[in-house]
Amino acid sequence: MNVHLSHPTRDIELQGPKRVADIFKELQLIPEAFLVIRGQDLMTEDEIVADEDTIEVRPVISGG
Amino acid sequence: MRCRKCSNRAVLGLPRHNTAYCGPCLTEFVRTQVQKAIKAQTMFSPEDRILVAVSGGKDSLTLWEILLKLGYNVDALYVDLGIPGYSERSHEKVERFAHDVAEACGSKLIIQTVEEDAGAGNGVKELANLIKRPTCSACGTIKRYQFNRVAYQNNYDVMATGHNLDDEAARLLGNVLNWQDEYLQKQSPTLPASVEGFSKKVKPLYRMTEREIAAYAVVNRIDYLVEECPNAKGAKMLVYKDVLNRLEAESPGTKHRFYWGFLDKQKKSAESTKHTMTDIDQSTLLPCETCSQPTTAGTCSFCRMMARAKTAAR
Repeated sequence: MNVHLSHPTRDIELQGPKRVADIFKELQLIPEAFLVIRGQDLMTEDEIVADEDTIEVRPVISGG
Repeated sequence: MRCRKCSNRAVLGLPRHNTAYCGPCLTEFVRTQVQKAIKAQTMFSPEDRILVAVSGGKDSLTLWEILLKLGYNVDALYVDLGIPGYSERSHEKVERFAHDVAEACGSKLIIQTVEEDAGAGNGVKELANLIKRPTCSACGTIKRYQFNRVAYQNNYDVMATGHNLDDEAARLLGNVLNWQDEYLQKQSPTLPASVEGFSKKVKPLYRMTEREIAAYAVVNRIDYLVEECPNAKGAKMLVYKDVLNRLEAESPGTKHRFYWGFLDKQKKSAESTKHTMTDIDQSTLLPCETCSQPTTAGTCSFCRMMARAKTAAR
């Protein structure tokens, strides 16, 4: 799967299928600080991302 | 995961509420929370004229959208800080939202640029370099000043900002770590128009986390700027937010309990001492000798900063 990340902007490849929660673990990210978006839809932590999918892991934290 | 309310596919889990919502139920939940905040903190009424400060980010554009959807009389103010690249992109997001969503509701956008202030130079970074202050600190002083000035001079009843639960909990953590009593006293979702020259200031998103607001923005197709301000890199607020999110992961509801617990204590303390924020402001603030905005010093921090920048630029 293709994973688009921000801060800094980059794309990485991960082996699928994989649960969103496991993607957070693999990337060592705190779920509370990110959203996972496939197409225009949000994904919850129990959903599975297929190997052929493209997702965005979008940070939600701003400087305030 | 299924929506707790309607059993459709959920789009967001909310561990702090031990629940999950689909898109429409999340939208309803967020709008209800904002309406509760407005009522509980006596922020404003449907008759009031509201000015919302917008940056092009998720919080401020979401706040503008929600207030419009709830039927409030709201305009927006964008302060262009002249940050190369970033300001152009954030400005574009705000203009697009104004054109695509707000104009149809009769809501207007006011644009203010840093360059319009004499001596400000070419943007906030140059200004901060001139006076040898951190960029975020100079930026905060400019924004607070401009928000208040524009709201006051244009007779808005209240100035609204998109500060959320994460912002407030992080700010509280910073104030407690440094025991900044004066700041703690003034940390509130509603600040009254306590003296001549001050607008009332409110934070209608204080009940929502950043993640809940971002999810609302995605669900409702609010096109916001995802990138972070380049000057925020290394900012203390981001460190505090990261620490709080790590605690939240271990114990959902930590941020909520921390900030709401503080608000409860603050309320009890004000009731026991019978000193309101208005009393405190009226006994400590005087008009700035240069611009007349209220200040504890002879000259306000904005005018002092601008004077220093002018001297340094010579």
